[in-house]
Amino acid sequence: MGIFFSFSVVVALTVIAFAGVWIPGMQYFFGVVIPYLAVLVFLVGVVLKVAKWGRSPVPFRIPTTCGQQQSLPWIKHSKYDNPQTTGQVIIRMVLEVFLFRSLFRNLRTEMNDGRVTYGSDKILWLAGLLFHISFFIVLIRHLRFFIEPVPSFINMIDALDGFVQVGVPHLLLTGVLLVAAGGYLLFRRINNSQVRHISLPADYFPLLLIIGIALSGIIMRYFVKVDIVSVKAFTLGLVSLRPRTPAGIGAIFYIHLFLISALLVYFPFSKLMHMGGVFLSPTRNLANNNREVRHVNPWNYDVKVHSYAAYEDEFREKMKEAGIPVEKE
Amino acid sequence: MAKETTPEELVNVDYEAPKKDWTETPVEFREGMYCYGSRPVYLQEVGFPNPREWSPADEDWKLPENWKEIVLTAMEERLSKYRSFRVFMDICVRCGACADKCHFYIGSGDPKNMPVLRAELIRSIYRKYFTIGGKLLGKRAGARELTEDVIKEWWYYFYQCTECRRCSVFCPYGIDQAEITMIGREILNLLGLQTDWIGGPVANCYKKGNHLGLEPHAITSNIEYLLDDIEEITGITIEPSFNRKGAEILFVTPSGDLFGDPGTYTAMGYLMLLHELGLDYTWSTYASEGGNFGFFTSMEMAKRLNYKIYAEAKRLGVKWILGGECGHMWRVLNQYMDTWNGPADFMEEPVSPITGTKFENAKSTKMVHICEFTADLIKHNKLKFDPSRNDHLNVTFHDSCNTARGMGIFDEPRFIIKNVCNNFFEMSSDATREKTFCCGSGSGLNAGENIELRMRGGMPRGHAVKRVQEKYGVNMLANICAIDRAVLPPLMDYWAPGVDVCGTHELLANALVMKGEIKRTQDLRLEDLPGVEDDDDDDDNNEEGGE
Ligand code: HEM
Ligand code: SF4
Ligand code: SF4
Repeated sequence: MGIFFSFSVVVALTVIAFAGVWIPGMQYFFGVVIPYLAVLVFLVGVVLKVAKWGRSPVPFRIPTTCGQQQSLPWIKHSKYDNPQTTGQVIIRMVLEVFLFRSLFRNLRTEMNDGRVTYGSDKILWLAGLLFHISFFIVLIRHLRFFIEPVPSFINMIDALDGFVQVGVPHLLLTGVLLVAAGGYLLFRRINNSQVRHISLPADYFPLLLIIGIALSGIIMRYFVKVDIVSVKAFTLGLVSLRPRTPAGIGAIFYIHLFLISALLVYFPFSKLMHMGGVFLSPTRNLANNNREVRHVNPWNYDVKVHSYAAYEDEFREKMKEAGIPVEKE
Repeated sequence: MAKETTPEELVNVDYEAPKKDWTETPVEFREGMYCYGSRPVYLQEVGFPNPREWSPADEDWKLPENWKEIVLTAMEERLSKYRSFRVFMDICVRCGACADKCHFYIGSGDPKNMPVLRAELIRSIYRKYFTIGGKLLGKRAGARELTEDVIKEWWYYFYQCTECRRCSVFCPYGIDQAEITMIGREILNLLGLQTDWIGGPVANCYKKGNHLGLEPHAITSNIEYLLDDIEEITGITIEPSFNRKGAEILFVTPSGDLFGDPGTYTAMGYLMLLHELGLDYTWSTYASEGGNFGFFTSMEMAKRLNYKIYAEAKRLGVKWILGGECGHMWRVLNQYMDTWNGPADFMEEPVSPITGTKFENAKSTKMVHICEFTADLIKHNKLKFDPSRNDHLNVTFHDSCNTARGMGIFDEPRFIIKNVCNNFFEMSSDATREKTFCCGSGSGLNAGENIELRMRGGMPRGHAVKRVQEKYGVNMLANICAIDRAVLPPLMDYWAPGVDVCGTHELLANALVMKGEIKRTQDLRLEDLPGVEDDDDDDDNNEEGGE
């Protein structure tokens, strides 16, 4: 099963980092060389991939229309499910990217007493959204390690995130949510037979990796505490391109960093590129205005056709007999 | 086959997916679930490759020597020509939101009918030959070798997809299996792997102008039969014109409407409406097909067939084109025609000569849907109806996949129906509008030999109709699609016996009060109108008309 393979890989990555940093000199490798390489692969990989998509043309305007078209002025147009203008497309995209609009439609199809039934099923949407929002906020919060002085909006997010005010340091909700939502998505993958059937190692791996990153972060913050001052000195060194081998930071930090590096390297070659792809999907990012504004296919070419003249040549007598006008008598 | 399998048996579908890896489950060709292979002459007539006698049941499919190279080259070419294909290959997260949205999966429980797995059939090959991960890691990266069995699997499952786009509505990235199926079928066509039921209409349409292969005199005589019936029902003589130069409007509709019931009643509806308006329009025997089975083979073939519409409009010098009720026809007209064969700058922006309404939304293609045209007439009170003539009907409306998800024409036909019928009932919102279910026979799957597939695919639609039949006594399923009119009657006989099928303009013409008509005692099907006395020669109440 794919999950065992993926799980072993994540464990192996953890072990490599944990063991590696005990070898003298390897701290520089794991702390500096790997992260720089990872960022490089990530940036170059993502740019190349998006460029590859961007270079492939959009021959036809094929939005999937999910609401009433714009036609007669007195018929209510469903602007954001069937956009007619670029502005409406942008709103449709915003709804997709920030609110997972399409996923919100999700239904659960079942057979009950010999009839197909459809039940509301918003859990995937909710878990998916929480997972992504938490991930995003965690990412933003991490900017505090890379910017000095820390901008006030980050402090604000931190404060909001920690509003429950339990424990020292304060529990940050998004980290826990990230693990919980990720855990649910993983559970669903194993538990739902349909989703399990379609799942590949490449589906378990990023979930496990992200959960691993989040867990190592949580352990570092609440349990095996690391020296935050040295971490910040180290991360500031990295972003200012004057890297210094960190001193006195625990192994757990290296595990966290190494898993993140793995995620960065993996990203451009994987389904995680859906982050970029969602913006380029021709069924979502185009207006349904083909009949109003002509769409041009850059590789349109002439094709062999059966002309009217050929048609008339074949059927002229029959046409005349049936009283149908012809070009040539 | 399905006739032998009862509906009670057919609903025994198990949605629990098997434990076994799908790549290790070889495709099994089950009779009743697939169409015959195309006979060679159909392929020859349009120049499709590898014409030969073959049957999908054969062990040897007689593929060209270099079939593998053909497939991989074709994939590469399409990856670089279609952003849709490339992006859809790359970004699926296998969240499974689409899995239980496909009517073929719902009706069969076959996991490879989950849209996401249908896509994986080709995505696994993409990984193997076009991605680094797939090349290096093979199976672990979800990649697999391209073999003849894979081709058979593609064929089996790409012809168990009606390109209905329901999956695309639910996918968070809009991944559209219809698009992938279209590309998959296009590649299969390069190997001569076509179905007979699609190959025939394509060849017919290319040479004769329509799927049914009606020659010009057959078109006019078919229409004359309909005119005789109209005369019997209304006492009105109609004389439409054919291939007439200088007409203001060219009318194009699927040829199916000229041939079989109940499509013919819809065609009678068009004839009566356009006559009543005194519209300056013409039919064409050359561009006598609105539908486009080429669309189910390759983009190029679709374009070759579609060419006739603009060419004929230009030759006849019409100002704009009016299109009849059809599903895939309108997907093509709405999303492809102008791009393939435009610009249509030899015509004028469509304006209704009756109401003066400008059809702004069609100002580039110059082609207006008859439901847009008619809804506008009704809104402007240009038509007189007696809806009580439809009182014996409890009507519901089936949104066709293509007009729903490739256009979005929902409220125009409903507006028409509500004006001409007193009893209209919606099906559940899980099965209408953008979430509508396919008839199970679209995209050229409306053959006879795959009847079990059709009944299975039509199960969700069948159940939805059954519900309104039980709840409201619905006995008429209206639609705006010629394929629907051909395939829903057997589907209803199977899943909701007692429900009949009609086009929207049949209902309209039943209720239409025409100038100078005799008192109607029959509907368009020549059946007696309930509650109307035959020998009542008092004409007065004809003039009243309903609202
Ligand atoms: C524009 C930004 C993004 C959008 C709109 C987006 C959207 C989505 C949606 C709709 C899903 C499917 C529902 C679900 O399973 O949660 C999904 C799945 C997923 N996303 Fe994203 N995503 C974005 C960025 C990211 C990023 C940056 C990551 C991580 C690096 C990520 C990781 C994942 C993972 C791992 C899954 C699969 C969850 C599963 O296995 O069920 N996404 N994404
Ligand atoms: S809904 Fe879209 S992303 Fe999810 S499995 Fe289906 S095709 Fe893939
Ligand atoms: S396009 Fe329709 S038939 Fe094809 S996979 Fe999607 S839902 Fe199924």
